[in-house]
Amino acid sequence: MDFFIGLLQDMTQIAISPSTAAFAVAAIGLNIHFGYTGLLNMGQAGFMLLGAYGFAISIIAGLPIFVAILIALGCAVIFALVLGIPTLKLRGDYLAIVTISAAEIIRMVGRSSLMTNITGAAQGLTGNSYRGPFTDLSFLPAGRTTLLWFTYDNTGVDGWWVRLVGWSVVALVSFLVFLLIRSPWGRVLRGIREDEDAIRSLGKNVYAYKMQALILGGSIGAIAGIIYVLPSTVQPDSMGRSMTFFIWTALLLGGAASIFGPVLGAVIFFAVRILVKGLAGQFIPESIMNSQQTEQFSWILVGVALMLLVIFRPQGILGNKRELSF
Amino acid sequence: MTAHSEKLSRTPTLRQRAIVAVLALAGALTLLGATAMPALGAEAPCLADVSNACIQGTVKMSTGAPAVGVDITVETTNFSKVLTTDKAGKWVISVTTAGKYSVKLDPATLPSGQRLASTSANPASITVTLHANSGAVFKLESTSAPAGSSGTSSTAGSGITWDRFLQQAASGLRLGLLLALAAIGLSLIYGTTGLSNFAHAEQVTMGGLIAYGLANVLGWNLILATIATVVITAATGWTQDALIWKPLRKRGLGVNQLMIVTIGLSIALQYTFQYFVGAGTVRIQQDNPAVISIGAVTLTLQSYVAMGIAVIVIVLAGLFLLKTRVGRATRAVSDNPALAAASGIDVDRIIRLVWTISAGLAGLSGVMLGLVLNGINWQTGMQLLLLLFAAVTLGGLGTAFGALAGSLIIGMVVELTNLVLPGDFKYATALVILILLLLVRPQGIFGRKERVG
Repeated sequence: MDFFIGLLQDMTQIAISPSTAAFAVAAIGLNIHFGYTGLLNMGQAGFMLLGAYGFAISIIAGLPIFVAILIALGCAVIFALVLGIPTLKLRGDYLAIVTISAAEIIRMVGRSSLMTNITGAAQGLTGNSYRGPFTDLSFLPAGRTTLLWFTYDNTGVDGWWVRLVGWSVVALVSFLVFLLIRSPWGRVLRGIREDEDAIRSLGKNVYAYKMQALILGGSIGAIAGIIYVLPSTVQPDSMGRSMTFFIWTALLLGGAASIFGPVLGAVIFFAVRILVKGLAGQFIPESIMNSQQTEQFSWILVGVALMLLVIFRPQGILGNKRELSF
Repeated sequence: MTAHSEKLSRTPTLRQRAIVAVLALAGALTLLGATAMPALGAEAPCLADVSNACIQGTVKMSTGAPAVGVDITVETTNFSKVLTTDKAGKWVISVTTAGKYSVKLDPATLPSGQRLASTSANPASITVTLHANSGAVFKLESTSAPAGSSGTSSTAGSGITWDRFLQQAASGLRLGLLLALAAIGLSLIYGTTGLSNFAHAEQVTMGGLIAYGLANVLGWNLILATIATVVITAATGWTQDALIWKPLRKRGLGVNQLMIVTIGLSIALQYTFQYFVGAGTVRIQQDNPAVISIGAVTLTLQSYVAMGIAVIVIVLAGLFLLKTRVGRATRAVSDNPALAAASGIDVDRIIRLVWTISAGLAGLSGVMLGLVLNGINWQTGMQLLLLLFAAVTLGGLGTAFGALAGSLIIGMVVELTNLVLPGDFKYATALVILILLLLVRPQGIFGRKERVG
């Protein structure tokens, strides 16, 4: 019994962790691309990495935190423009290949030894070097707080403050998307997803709308990147292709083209993986599956789940079959 | 079972189908048997969790073989431990405090004929955070190499000499040919089904790992193992189409949906490889490869053989596409599936064949890469996937000969980049070229304009 209580606690702890919040925000950004506009962006982790670099490097250079956030957003905007100009007029899968390649370029340049003085190369930038201004903003008193079974420092490296900020951003961005999608602008986006030519025949500049969607979703991705690195480090290899694929899994699981889908998807993605690992570790004998293999087993299930999801329930948990982008 | 139920309708191909089905089963069993074994012999793993962290690394000789018995000292305030590399050249330690650690390699314990490529990197200083893995890398070089040049791609050379150019161009040709083996299949699949197959790179990895299982673990003759690998991987292609892709086509899934299914498959396969073989690099051949110099070009014997085999197979594939009835039918389906079906071509059969051949070619490419790169690991294919896509897009999506040309260009670009930029950038330049090309000629070099929407 203790095992199950412990497992439940682990699952809820990961569910409210800052990295889950970051995944949720990234998935919300991707939802604008894919769910509402039908753009196959396979480089969301690249936007996150750029945001993280932009933020961390600006702070290390001594700029104030709000300027640093603006720089992070600026990086994402430029990246979106660079990606969008050659590809948004082409068929969807070109965008997929170009975005995934561009995200890899960002990662490879970031981890290159030539950039050691700026990005810290493959070792990355340690959290202490850029976290200061963020923790200084905290209005929480010093010390530790326990709520239910969650005990964290109020402000520390990985405490309540970053959780509070992370989940507030999730709420804020969700609300923003809710408003935007109900606006005339959002209706055009969904129109592009359904029938590009029809929207073009109404005199709308489809290319410009797609570009705006790419920029907006990418900027949200950059914010996700900042949240992701605040309690840890900026490590280029942790924000590679796999991360993009996991964000996709979270989005499709929760339901693309729905407001709460990405958030629910991210929470379930992390919690269920912990569940699988925990159960496999507890009930499958060591001789069949050792502790390292339970980790890999959980990722195999993620891959299989992604396949089954797309085949049998492409609208995810919260999505609407009529709003499908496929 | 599919073969059985279709027995009545297509008697001429019955025997082939039965053979392939049996091979598929045999392949799956061999794969399980071959890959389960090394997992048992894996060293005590270090698993990072909230209370500890792993520091690890692999020391390899300049030839790529593991350096065994090298002493590594891991130190921090009030903590010091000496480790020795195991038979795979690996060392790992679990620590429970975060902070700065110094990792020092004892040069006196290095195998004879080897020295550190850069003495300034020893001791290495690393920052360890709990719940994470950290590593320290020590590059070795042969004592016969001139001081300062590590001989590998990690440093940008000072000055471009004609000899270096030739050497890199030869490596580029080698990479290009091996990429082409896999890219032709990727392109054929795209041409016949419209699918960008993200799991194609996993077929490459699978080829290398099966060859490792057969040649290294089971001790088969290398040539026999290679042939068996190609047959097994081709069978996996056949099974994949029978079990996944054909039913999904019948279900009417869109190409974008299918593309995400391949991403799921690719994740599942990657971690399956890791599950059985572990995260380390395994070698298909244990002994160190012989090196042969032709003029200024020095490559391993395997490289020459691999290039030769690749050329032969590519020529055969080209002849098949141009000269045989089935080959012509394949190109017809690639051009326009509806028209091909209307003119009496069995499109599903052609697609099944394309999957089989593509997976087989990718498997062969994996074996060759494993031999040429001195080892293969669970992500060898994944690292090549984008180069494959770049090659295929460069040549024109869906054109087999474009894929060949694209692969050679990408291979050259990747290796020649080393002349002017550090090795970190070699894959990046290929991708930059891809993006630039899409700006000016989105249909690729050999593609036709109407293919692009």
